[in-house]
Amino acid sequence: MSFFIQHLINGLSLGSLYALIAIGYTMVYGILRLINFAHGDIFMLGAYLVYYGMLWTPLPWWLVFIVAALLTGLFGILLERFAYAPLRNEPRITVLISAIGASFLMENLAILLFGGRPRPFSVPALLDHSVKVGAISFNVIQIVIPVVTAILLAILSFIILKTKTGMAMRALSTDYEAASLMGININRIISMTFFIGSTLAAIGGILYSCRYPQLMPLMGMMPGIKCFIAAVIGGIGNLTGAVVGGLILGMSEILIVGLLPSLNDYRDGFAFVILILILIIKPTGLFGSNVKEKV
Amino acid sequence: MKKVLTLLLALIMVIGVVACAPQEKKEEAPAKEAAKEEKKEDAEKTEAPSEEKKEEAPAEESKEEKKDEETKAEAAPAEGGDVVKLGVFEPFTGASASGGELTFEGIELALEEVPEVLGKKIELVKVDNKSEQVEASNAAQRLVDKDKVNAVIGSYGSSLSIAGGTAFKDGKIPAVGCSPTNPAVTLGNDYYFRVCFIDPFQGTVMANFAIDNLKAKTAATIKDIAQDYSVGLIKFFTDAFKAVNGEDSIVAEASYKTGDQDFTSQLNNVKQKNPDVIFCPGNYGECALMIKQARDLGIEAPMLGGDTWESPDFISIGGENINKEVYFSSHFTAEKPVNDVSKAFLEKYENKFGKKANAFAALGYDAYMVIIDAIKRADSVEPQAIRDALAKTEGFIGATGTISLDENGDAVKSACINQVKDNAFVYLTTVEPKK
Repeated sequence: MSFFIQHLINGLSLGSLYALIAIGYTMVYGILRLINFAHGDIFMLGAYLVYYGMLWTPLPWWLVFIVAALLTGLFGILLERFAYAPLRNEPRITVLISAIGASFLMENLAILLFGGRPRPFSVPALLDHSVKVGAISFNVIQIVIPVVTAILLAILSFIILKTKTGMAMRALSTDYEAASLMGININRIISMTFFIGSTLAAIGGILYSCRYPQLMPLMGMMPGIKCFIAAVIGGIGNLTGAVVGGLILGMSEILIVGLLPSLNDYRDGFAFVILILILIIKPTGLFGSNVKEKV
Repeated sequence: MKKVLTLLLALIMVIGVVACAPQEKKEEAPAKEAAKEEKKEDAEKTEAPSEEKKEEAPAEESKEEKKDEETKAEAAPAEGGDVVKLGVFEPFTGASASGGELTFEGIELALEEVPEVLGKKIELVKVDNKSEQVEASNAAQRLVDKDKVNAVIGSYGSSLSIAGGTAFKDGKIPAVGCSPTNPAVTLGNDYYFRVCFIDPFQGTVMANFAIDNLKAKTAATIKDIAQDYSVGLIKFFTDAFKAVNGEDSIVAEASYKTGDQDFTSQLNNVKQKNPDVIFCPGNYGECALMIKQARDLGIEAPMLGGDTWESPDFISIGGENINKEVYFSSHFTAEKPVNDVSKAFLEKYENKFGKKANAFAALGYDAYMVIIDAIKRADSVEPQAIRDALAKTEGFIGATGTISLDENGDAVKSACINQVKDNAFVYLTTVEPKK
């Protein structure tokens, strides 16, 4: 029994890590209808900023975490200004390709600036010690991650549903042109969206590095793809859906490998199998609603 | 609007044709040359940022790059007379980057010590195989076709060496591996040699260590299915362990692949079986994460690995948990110099880099020196002559011990076992090869 519970805890922590990154993905999509392929690389940037922050500044770790997350958010705004804003009135596919280009650019810049060698991430002692409860044991960070994910989901839902900015975001996602006619400052709202999305990616990157303390310039690629899948499973654009999708993905990865070890070699393939199944059975995702395509 | 576009397109085509024409005249076999050029460009793109500056042209400037390459290619044969080119074929980026860099430090040291041979200046040509097999094969091809090196040093990592081996074999360029330990590197390849011991020996040494020193009766293995190194070591460990403790002594076999970060499922399954030791050789990065996660899961069995773990990053990634019962085999220890060359090497290394030498630097140093020795004995820098002399290497005194190459081109040497203690590698014991 404890064997099974142990697997569940591992699955929960991996799943909420995916969920955390998927929230940012899904939010940018939900509001701008743009799949931000550079999301995984923003995630990497957040982790590296913390690495250098801890190395070069005497600040306490929690302050470094916060500053790095905010800086990454600002970077998100810049990225949008240079890579996406000039293409705002172009077909969606153009922006998509620009996003892929931005992703490649960031990856290669990271190799150039940070070096290709994996860097060790120094995890604050508070977030890195083993806890033993009966026959089950885990690292403190495995519990911190789901808690942070839940808190962020609550905050984000509040922002989107209850604040004026949130209302503007929803208006923007419903009808871009009408929203601008109603006096909504489009540029400000889009910048805001990217700021929040990128900050979330950075928090995801930082927590990911606390769990797997090894930084690489391409570390955002696989989580980026998997979290995109998580967002699609949940219904892209839906916050709760992204969290559920992330949990399903993480849980199934751990449980399938744990209970059927012979399938281990196909581990990364499961995510894609689930994606294909979802796309066949319910293309809008678990929580997605049918939005009529505007012509 | 459309007309303008059509005109523009036509214009571009005309310019394209005109631009192509003179090049075709210049080159005798345009098709072949073009194909080659493309290959070279590919190789160029795969270069690491750590490459020498003159070659660091960004991909967009491919035109200039091409010109550069042409002039270089022309200049190469003329220079060939008084320069000996040694290719350094190592991973400088990716998962094995640390190993490549450490090895290169040893090579640099050797170059400083012996900058020329037979009156010819030695030039190192560095290529990055990016810790990836496809990139490795491209990089090796580049050394053979474009750089026209006399001999090659490298690579760290068996899979990378195997991927590059075909190019060296077909190009008839001798290569001396520093630390690839899988038997397949030199097997059936007359042009590949190495200055390190091989996996059957290393795997068996660790099995004997587990049985004799740790008194293990059962073991679990966790292998990286993407690494020939890991798969090979585990096979030989398993054979040796079963031979003593019986068929059922390997209680759990789990696997993962390079790049995975989460090993909790596999480890939880291993924990269920409660083995006395866990043998999990692989890349230092993944293994450090694995050991950390194992200790978090409450697994207390000793974790055993191979020579790849000897990297400072292994310790810093693993954190506090890396000090708990972690053992691995290595080629060399800075704590116990085996001969005078070793002692001198340790001193020089510490003077230059301000830190203690490690096995990879020592092997890089030895690989370089073995090639120089072969060139001197051959009295020629022709690749074929170097190869023939290398094959006859016998009783060469290197920093890692006495190197004699057997009929496969493998070194027959002793191994030492290190333990991780207080965030450092501590020497435990030496195991001699069985004759």
